[in-house]
Formats: sequence, structure tokens, C-alpha cells
Amino acid sequence: MVDDSVFSDVAPQFLPGWEIVVGLEVHCELRTKTKLFCGCANSFGREPNTNICPVCLGLPGSLPVINEQAVELAVRIGLSLNCTVDESIFHRKNYFYPDMPKDYQVSQYEKAINENGYLELPLSRKIVRIERAHIEEDTGKSTHVGGDNGRIHGADHSLVDYNRAGIPLVEIVSAPDLRSAEEAREYVSELRSILVASGASDGKMEEGSLRVDANVSVRQLGLSEFGTRCEIKNLNSLRSLVRAIGYEAQRQVALIESGGKIIQQTRHWNEDQGVTSAMRSKEEAYDYRYFPEPDLVPLSPSSEWITEIKGRIGLLPASRRERLAVLFDGVSSGSTFDQIVTAVNLGLDDLIVGSVESGADPRLALARATNEVAGDLEKLSNLTVEKFSDLIKMESERKLSATQAKNVLAQMLVSGATALDIAKAMGFEALDSSVIEDLVDQVISSSPREWERFSAGEDQLAGFFIGQIMKLSKGKADGKVVTSILRSKR
Amino acid sequence: MTGSSVGLGACQIAELVKSKQISAVEVTQEHLALNEFYDSALHSFLEITEAAAISTAKEIDAKIAKGEDAGLLAGVPIALKDNLVTRGIATTCASQILKGWKPPYSATVVKKVSGAGGVSLGKTNLDEFAMGSSTENSSFGPTRNPYDLKRVPGGSSGGSAAAVAAKFVPLALGSDTGGSIRQPAALCGIVGVKPTYGTVSRYGLIAFASSLDQVGPLARNVKDAALLLQVIAGHDPKDSTSLVDATPDFVSVIDHGVEGLRVGIIEELVDGVAPMVGEALKASAASLTSQGATVEYVSVPAVAYGLSAYYLIAPAEASSNLARYDGVRYGLRVEGQDMNETYVASRTKGFGAEVKRRIMLGTFALSSGYYDAYYGKAQKVRTMIIGSFKKAYEQFDVLLSPTAPTTAFELGAKAADPLSMYLSDVCTIPTNLAGHPAMSVPYGLGENQMPIGIQVLAPALGEANMFRVAAAIENDAPPISKTLFWE
Repeated sequence: MVDDSVFSDVAPQFLPGWEIVVGLEVHCELRTKTKLFCGCANSFGREPNTNICPVCLGLPGSLPVINEQAVELAVRIGLSLNCTVDESIFHRKNYFYPDMPKDYQVSQYEKAINENGYLELPLSRKIVRIERAHIEEDTGKSTHVGGDNGRIHGADHSLVDYNRAGIPLVEIVSAPDLRSAEEAREYVSELRSILVASGASDGKMEEGSLRVDANVSVRQLGLSEFGTRCEIKNLNSLRSLVRAIGYEAQRQVALIESGGKIIQQTRHWNEDQGVTSAMRSKEEAYDYRYFPEPDLVPLSPSSEWITEIKGRIGLLPASRRERLAVLFDGVSSGSTFDQIVTAVNLGLDDLIVGSVESGADPRLALARATNEVAGDLEKLSNLTVEKFSDLIKMESERKLSATQAKNVLAQMLVSGATALDIAKAMGFEALDSSVIEDLVDQVISSSPREWERFSAGEDQLAGFFIGQIMKLSKGKADGKVVTSILRSKR
Repeated sequence: MTGSSVGLGACQIAELVKSKQISAVEVTQEHLALNEFYDSALHSFLEITEAAAISTAKEIDAKIAKGEDAGLLAGVPIALKDNLVTRGIATTCASQILKGWKPPYSATVVKKVSGAGGVSLGKTNLDEFAMGSSTENSSFGPTRNPYDLKRVPGGSSGGSAAAVAAKFVPLALGSDTGGSIRQPAALCGIVGVKPTYGTVSRYGLIAFASSLDQVGPLARNVKDAALLLQVIAGHDPKDSTSLVDATPDFVSVIDHGVEGLRVGIIEELVDGVAPMVGEALKASAASLTSQGATVEYVSVPAVAYGLSAYYLIAPAEASSNLARYDGVRYGLRVEGQDMNETYVASRTKGFGAEVKRRIMLGTFALSSGYYDAYYGKAQKVRTMIIGSFKKAYEQFDVLLSPTAPTTAFELGAKAADPLSMYLSDVCTIPTNLAGHPAMSVPYGLGENQMPIGIQVLAPALGEANMFRVAAAIENDAPPISKTLFWE
């Protein structure tokens, strides 16, 4: 056996001669008003065991009734991922665990509501096949107190909160089409944007709204057969995903290279130690004894309803990127396109497009959004398209220098005030060019020898003059204006 | 001892109460007194909710005094099988694993009964989790047959059937997964109805086998059974398998007669029954002919496979339905060293032998590698049975068979032999697999002086014709000329 601790947690590692194969199962909590099978609220962060009823507690005699809104959001996901949406049925997945009130999970097994779709990665343009996106209920949440690192084995006691039991999930299962940790990250990031744009999810990974299981295997480059895979459970951030895949691939390669054999197993990711460890092997795997859930009837969304739902899906990320790209001559790669991808992933594209429509400069709007606004996303609600667009215009009309614009924007995000008010309050009203010209003349007359050398071609003295002028203007002069005046007087 | 209302039917009692000839409180107290005196010998009830019953009865009397409509069941005492959840009242399924559990909610049928003015006297005994045909599988001790205390009342709704037959209540609710209403009704000489699957809400019925379970009425006459079905039937948004069809009027059709109805006797269910049961079936058929129906034999070949398919499907669903009794959230917990030990210890102590047998059967039938051969095959048989019935119903309006192959047997006679016990339900099981309605109607006594039941079967939503034929059989049936144990 190879000692797990020898691998670095820097991921992804370059593994010469090897190819990583990854398939992902992404669990997405649906943004419904109520739970999947009962009227309890679908909410996060309440006192434990206060958001429960006989149905989601699985009390004897209770029965599930499907939430129509959950079905609609599942259909939105399917349509957004180019799936075939068809009649489906529910199965029971039977296994004992304290956080599962009925000791079975209601899920879709044979016939999922969404099957055979795909997703295109925005940067590499790679097509990742989606095998299925099916509906299932979430379990409660266990907290294991004492013992080994929050796991049930060795714990002193366990606490179970059933508030989460019955929250609607859609599990999106990709084909094993991903070939690196970085691709996996790009896939999840794009999927997240699609889920948010379709209105199905809030996309909050940190709150557990998106949870990822990764199936990882390795094979020697050139081989067409897949290696034996291991499933890493519950990766709850993009960083964990990338690190866990990188670690796991290294572990598998090292094991094979040292003559070992991969055993198909479920593995646990330890975020602190940066390692995966075995949870259970295939032999120990549960026999889930799936059978059709007799308490529910088949879901048969009519084609009329599916068409209606289609009309309710907002602009998806690919269209959003396109909408931005046309502002930049239809760019489809390079650093501007990277910025466009970021803008869409962060949900800033409406802001940019809106400000450009009201006359702001596209390049400046894109830069300020993806740099400054992106740095303080929680405060995004303080910013309206109008306020943002006014700021961009002030900057491009040189009423604010770049540095000033950044400072003003930071304040706008904090306070929600207009660019003009903040600029005034900060004393940032830019000087008009006639005032700057006076300042330039003052500096020239007080430093005649330096001016002579500068005029003779010593460009390095530009810095000296700009510095002097900025000092006199107390930082209010626009650097670009100063430079052009200096040039014109030389 | 017997008050003026004991022995009257539900329709009669409701009439008398509404016309203020007797008060609901009097009716309730008379029936409670009878229970108090005699149920220790019969053990039909697990719990009598006396105070609640009297306070409900007072409310009904108050309503009537104010001239308000007190409902179809105004002041009628009723017993509830103890697998129907009742808010704040212990609901046990006759199992140690649920002993002491008080549900925070009531079953839809329980609410409907009380909404119609019914007065629940308490919870009746059953085979543990409704698994059995004699009520001997109750972990709180067996119920006995009110016509012979040495004999079983049938099961699993044995407590409900015995209580109705013993005149402790005019009405009871039972549940029928493979015959659990009809077989005890037959063995106790009363009427028992399993409605079309989806006619009555299952919300609050503790599941045994979800695709087969159906709540239904037990009564001493066909009209009372129809009345109770009228009250409990109807769509329930809390049960996804509940039908949306409007509930027809079951009560008004029963005296429409059987003139012109085509009745088929199921050939496959005639052979192999006790001769006295076969005789009764022939006599009931002759009576129907004399009342204007045409009666012929018909082959429904697939019913022969009903029992085998049932004992895969029902345990399979049960193995999953009963997983939740794990000692974690409610009911019995036997602490172990770790989680798994706690599961095993709680379930080992909490479940009886028959429940364990069926959980194991079902777990096996669903296991990877065996699913297709067992559960999958059984579902195909189920489809075959539906097809076989469909063919028969192209020629016949209703079908006829014995309800049970024998009359009530003695306690202990079959307890050691599960297979012979399972055979008690051979005539009733196919109906559950098909989702169709069927009922048992009493037809006199056998040579051993125990009641015999005739089963009337109908296609899905064919309750009206079923009730017409059952009423016709009842009209012309030999009386049960035997006294109850307390009479």
C-alpha cells in the first residue's frame, strides 16, 4: 500500500504519460418555495428540527405528494442542458442511515425526467455529455460529535437535523468526458452558471446548494479502456474539487506505477489534510434494492407544459456570453473573452450590457465589472445599471482618473450612493484641461533645465514632470491629459 | 344489559340520533358498557378511548339540538383498526416496535369519519403490521371469534371484525392488503368491503404493502357498509394514488336488484375449498338466478398465480415500508454499542416472527441479482392477472367466489405453518393485485356452526354492481342462527 501522505496537495499535478478521466455527479438543491413532497418551507439555516412535518419525517402512515414547482425547475435544468425531457418514474433507494427518515431515499433510477443532454465548456468549446439529470429528495444532516474528524466511526454521539430532509434535488450526472481537474472545475463553474440562469438554483456552493461527487480514474495515454474508478464524495467548493481530483489522480498513478491495483471504492475527501481516504469498497457497497416507489405515480409532463416552461427560462450563459462578445467584435478567445466568461459566471453581464446600452464604453465597463465589482460581489445589490454607467462615463470623459474611478466604485458598492456624490465627497472632481495646462506651464517655468533636456528627447524625465504636476493638483489631474499636454508643448 | 341501541345498524342509529329519539351520548355509553363487560374475553380492542368518545358524542348532541346537520354517521359508534393513525392516541400496529407511539396527526379516513359524526370508541387489534390471517400475530395477544371463543376471527382486521360481529360497534374500519377485511368479515359472519384501489385515501394508514393496501368498511349489513364507504371515499390531495373520480352514491343503488346482471363464478376458486363453503356458494348463486341474474362459471386462469405473486410483491414493499422502524426517531429503541447494533437490537426485539419472515422474504426478492427472477416476475404475473380479469369482465358484470376456503379455524391450528395460513387468502389476494373492489357478504353457517362468507368481485370502480349483488345475496341468505358468546 502506498502511503497517502507523500502527495502534495498542489493540484492538478502533471502526470507524464497518464490521462485523468473524470465524471461528475452534481447535486443541485432546487429553489422551490416548499420541499419535494410536503408543504414545509425550503429554507436554509433554521434551528435544527423546526422545519419538519409527518411527511418529511417519514412518520408511519405519511405519504409523499410531488411538488409541481420542483418538477418545473427540473425540466428547466433538463432543457438548459439539451436533455430529452420525458415521462419518468420514482424508485426507492433502500439503505439504513439515521439522517434518512424513511431509511430509503425517493429518487429516479430507471427512467429519469431528463436524459441524454450535453454542456459546452466555454473556453475549450469541449462538449461534455450529460447522461441524466434526475429528481430526488435530500436527506437530513448528521453531526458526529467526538471521534475521528466528524465521521460516524468512532464518534461519541451523533446529532441529526431533519430540516434538510425532503429538500428537492436534481442530480446531474456527466459522462466520463472530463480529462483534468481544471476541466472539471470549468464544467462545474459553467454548470453552476446554467443552473442559476435557468432559475433552478441559487448556486451557493458554500451553503451546500451544489454538492459534487467526482468519479476519478487514470489510464496510460493512448489507451481506450477506462481504468478502475474511485468515487470521491461531497466536494463542496471548486477548490476542493480541483485539489481532490489532483490528489486522487496522483494517488492512483503512484499506486499503479508501484505495481498496485486500484480497487473500486468510495472515498472521502479530507479538506484539512488534502487527502482522500477509503470509505467503502465495491464489495462493501450497499445493495440499494431499488424498486418503483408505489406511493407516487409516474411524472408525465405534457409537451404543452414543457413549451411553456421553455418560455420561462431566462438567457443562458452561452447566449449571455454572445451578447457581450458582440460588443467586442464577436471575440471568442483571448483575454477579453476570458473576462466575458468571468463576467457571465459572476452574473455581471446584465450590468455591463445595460451600461453600454446607455452609452458607457464597453471595454471600460467590462474591466471595471470583472475587476472592481467582482471583488465585492456581496454588495452588488447596491449598484444599479444607471449608477454604474454614470461612473464609467465619468471615467471615459476623464472627469475621473482610473485610480479615482476605482476608489469611487469601491465606495459606491459600500454605500449605494451615486458616482458624482462620492467623487465630490472625496474631492475627486477632475480638473479641466485649461487648469492642467496652467499647472504644466508653472512646472516648466520652475524647472527650465529639466524641460530643456526633456524637450531634447530625454523621455525618462516625463515621470518627473507628471509627478510635479500631480503634486500641484493634489492628485486631481488626469494622468492621460497631463501626458498629452506635456507632449504637445515639447 | 343491552341498551336500546345495541344491535341496531348504523343507518338506524344515525336516524334515531338525528330525530332525537336517542342521544349520541346514550348510544355511546351503551356500546362502551358492552365493551367494558365483555371485551376481556374477546380482546377486539387494544385501546378504548372512552372520554374522547363521550365528549365527541356530546358535541353531536349539541349540534343536533341547534338544528345543525350532524352528518351521515351522526352518533354512530365506530372502531378503528390500530394501523390508522390517530392524533394523540397510541397507534401501535399491534407491534412492540410502535408501543406507546402517539402520532401528531390523524389519518384522512379518521378525520372523514369524525367529520360525518361518527364516534370512535377506540383502536382494534390486528395481526402485527396487518401481516396475518388470524390476528394471532398481534404482539398484544390474539382476538377471538365472537361465535366461538376457541376460534380465530380471521385477520388481519380481526379486532375490527370481531367487535362488529359482537355488536360492540355497528361499524369498523379495517385495511385490506390481501384479504384482511374480507376474510375476517367472512369468518365472523359480517360484511367487509375492499374498495377499488385509490377510492379511499391511504394517508395515515400505516403502510404494509403500499400498492395493495386499501382502507374499507366492516358492518353487519350491506347498507351500513355502503354508508361507511360513502363517508370515507373520495379524492385526497395528500395521497398521490388517490383517484380523482367523483364518488358515486353507493347507498341508493343497493336495492336496485340484480335483474339482468351477469354473474360469473370463478372456476379456479371453487375447487379446493371446504365442501360446506362450496355448497354455500352454489346456494348463493341459485338465489341470484332466482332474483333475475344470469349465473355461469368462468375461468380466470391467472388467479391461480395470485398467491405466489403476492408473497413476493407484498413482502418486497413491506421490507422497505418497515425500514423506518429503526429505533432512531420513535418507538422502541434497544441501545447497542454503535449504530448498527442499535438497529439490529431494536428491530430484533421490536418485530414479531411473521413480520421478520416477510421483511426477509421481501429483502431477498429485491436483492441485486434476484430482482428480475422474483419481484420483476411477480409484477408480470400481476399484469397477467389484470388481463385475465379484464377478459372475464368482458362477459360478466361481477364475479363470485368463496371469500375464504374454510370457516374460522381454532387458535393455534395454523400458527405453526405459515404456508397453510397464507392459503387462507387464496381467494381474496387476486383482487388486491388487480386493484379491483371486492366484498364479503355472510351466507349462513357451515356444518360446524361457523359463518361462511361469499365474495363478490367487480372491475375497477364497479362498486355499484358489487353492492347490488351483495345486497341481493344478503336478502335471501340463511340467517346466522347462533348466539354470540355473551348472549
